[in-house]
Amino acid sequence: MRYMMLIHHDEAALAAAPQKELWAEYGAFNEALSKAGVGMASGERLQPSSAATTVRQANGKTEVLDGPYADTKEQFAGYFFVTVPDLDEAIAWAKRCPSSKYGAIEIRPAFEAQGNRK
Amino acid sequence: VSHADEAGRAADRVARESYGRLVAFLAVRTRDVAGAEDALSEAFAEALRIWPVDGVPENPDAWLLTVARRRQTDALRRRHTQRAGEEHLTRMADELEAAAREGEIIPDRRLALMFACAHPAIERGMRAPLILQTILRLTAEEIAAAFLIPPATMGKRLVRAKMRTRVAGIPFRIPEQEELPERLQAVLDAIYAAYSKGWNEVGEAGVPEIADEAIWLGRLIVSLMPEEPEAKGMLALMLYAEARRAARRDATGAYVPLEEQDATLWDESQIALAESLLREASRAGPTGRHQLEAAIQSAHTARRLTGRSNWPVVVQLYDHLLALTGSPVVVLNRAVALAEVEGPEAALAAIEPLVADTRMLTYQPYWAAKGHLLARTGADADAAEAYRVAIGLTSDEAVRAYLRGKLASLHQG
Repeated sequence: MRYMMLIHHDEAALAAAPQKELWAEYGAFNEALSKAGVGMASGERLQPSSAATTVRQANGKTEVLDGPYADTKEQFAGYFFVTVPDLDEAIAWAKRCPSSKYGAIEIRPAFEAQGNRK
Repeated sequence: VSHADEAGRAADRVARESYGRLVAFLAVRTRDVAGAEDALSEAFAEALRIWPVDGVPENPDAWLLTVARRRQTDALRRRHTQRAGEEHLTRMADELEAAAREGEIIPDRRLALMFACAHPAIERGMRAPLILQTILRLTAEEIAAAFLIPPATMGKRLVRAKMRTRVAGIPFRIPEQEELPERLQAVLDAIYAAYSKGWNEVGEAGVPEIADEAIWLGRLIVSLMPEEPEAKGMLALMLYAEARRAARRDATGAYVPLEEQDATLWDESQIALAESLLREASRAGPTGRHQLEAAIQSAHTARRLTGRSNWPVVVQLYDHLLALTGSPVVVLNRAVALAEVEGPEAALAAIEPLVADTRMLTYQPYWAAKGHLLARTGADADAAEAYRVAIGLTSDEAVRAYLRGKLASLHQG
């Protein structure tokens, strides 16, 4: 199954972390992902939520707000995909991902073309 | 005897004895519990049409499985578009046909199904209901009665949970060694939750059956995982409790607390079985929560031989349990045992930290125990207040009557 791993960071906790070690750990994690052949190159790291802009349309009017969609302690920060046999494998990758220590990783199965379920 | 009678009886028997095995076998392959149940119920319907005419097949399980598998394949084919990869479908059908040829040996996949039902990604409160429905074919109404949830709500939540196993990709297998203790705990917790419902809500219709079914599941787990001490510990725990069932109510139906029960009413054979399970479990390895709780029950049943529960041992076992769980419920139960060794003042001091625990505000046993302890220290006004809260939190009429009696005796004394 194909899962999107949505990374949500506690941005303050992430900023307080030793940066060099953190990104070295991330490098190792990405390498392990690609070695295992389950990762997808299409993952992205995003700028912090302070860089976000939110747009809504209601009653024909467009509303543009500075800031993220939801004002929560943990903010959407990036994503990657894994293609694995089941949820347990996806959970194992979420546990390995350094981001799970600085927030949460939401695991969402992707809609798949019918019949391609593995 | 007509064919129709014979067919009906055979179908009933298979439904009772093999349902969980058949559902598990079908579901584990497709990871689709609801689909497996649908396919199997269609197969049962077909059996009731065909068996009365053609007679009951030699191996009814295999017959049902073959028909259900065909239904499953049809359903898969309907769901898949031409893009769907005929290859995948063919492989699936081949696999199903091969299994059909194996005939009478239907691999037992109930354990894998139970692990899927008790997966951490399933809402905690729905794990026991899901196991009860998929393995034992209990209806949503029966489960709803035990879990005090409206039947329609229970039905919807069961459907949602089943869909989730499929859509989220929850695996149907026994977890790897490193994950096993935690995952097995979830399975055991779910079964014990079912038992507790059948044990606590004695007044509710249809509920004792849930306790019986939970014990049946406990036996099943022990037979499928004979090496796991915690499974034996949990079965022992249920059997100790079950052994005392007849002593929990007096002739008028009034509630009788453990320390006042007539030990001659306890079921010796169930206690003996529990004791031997507990011995096997403690020989087998690390002592887990269910084993400790079973050992506490064992110390209580010592009263039938010595006339007195072995309270110092009970307190010691609670010390271990507390170190393992840190649970406020264990703090409370330990304090109740401590009262028998060091007196009610020591027990009240031990539950002092629970005052700040908001979970205790609605926990009936906390208020009932507090009432008992305060009454023993002579703090009648405080005891009365605690009893009143406990009465307000009780749903069982017999227990409520018992507590009202305690409250009344305070005012007189």
